[in-house]
Amino acid sequence: MKAFVTVMPKAGVLDPQGKAIGHALSSLGFEGVADVRTGKVIELDLAETDPAKARAAAEEMARKLLANSVIESFKVEVV
Amino acid sequence: MNAVIIVFPGTNRERDMAIALERASGRKPTMLFHRADSLPAGTDLVVLPGGFSHGDYLRCGAMAAQSPIMQAVKDFAARGGHVLGVCNGFQILTETGLLPGALLRNATLRFLSMDCHMRVERAGTPFTANWRQGDVFRAPMAHGDGNYFCDEETLARLNGENLVAFRYATPDGAITPAANRNGARDNIAGILSPNLRICGLMPHPEDLVDPLMGGEDGLPMFTSLVESLATA
Repeated sequence: MKAFVTVMPKAGVLDPQGKAIGHALSSLGFEGVADVRTGKVIELDLAETDPAKARAAAEEMARKLLANSVIESFKVEVV
Repeated sequence: MNAVIIVFPGTNRERDMAIALERASGRKPTMLFHRADSLPAGTDLVVLPGGFSHGDYLRCGAMAAQSPIMQAVKDFAARGGHVLGVCNGFQILTETGLLPGALLRNATLRFLSMDCHMRVERAGTPFTANWRQGDVFRAPMAHGDGNYFCDEETLARLNGENLVAFRYATPDGAITPAANRNGARDNIAGILSPNLRICGLMPHPEDLVDPLMGGEDGLPMFTSLVESLATA
């Protein structure tokens, strides 16, 4: 099964990429975008077939490598 | 001084570092590839040089932090060993947790390749003994992710325990936002571990250690290490 790990900068951590995208959207005429944050999605193709175990494994991978808890938070979606 | 430079795939400043270490100590450092799982006997100093280890994939230094050699470096540090990380090496030190905080994308989103000035905030350490408190020196910098970040609690501890080694400054030593090109918190360019034996910084003192390079501003870091480790 697949696990999608979404890694985002924590609140309060500067996200200059998000700021730059926000400025670009504004200059394209898109209104009402209060804030933009950028992160990344990591797609894992897992041999595990049990959703709970797959989630636990993906969370462990996120804690150990995929996200840096000093600056990033993550969430795992298993499908 | 027996210095060991760790080389990861994508490291590219190891030879600059070797020149600086040899100039200060008269001894060629050992180059050690990251696949090794132990340090040579008698290692006095481990250096993590600059570059783009593992292509900066995922986060700068994240993959290198998981390399086999890093467990040996952590054990060496835990025994009181001296470790220097410059640029990508500083990023690796934060990713391994040997130093607190993280290095974010530069606030301007631009890769910065230019000289900067740093003010010595903590003299009298193995890395800074040959400067005086408040000295200002020039160093090249070349990074896209040098924007030092840490939470409020860590920042208070770094400042309170006097563990900030260097701050970005104007040539006359003023700590200003304009001198802080990458947007680092409190103009922090380099920090120290509580035992003062681990130091990480973004700019490259190893690239100004000879008049032929345009100056010797960075040499005191390496002579400091040689003298401190000779008497240790």
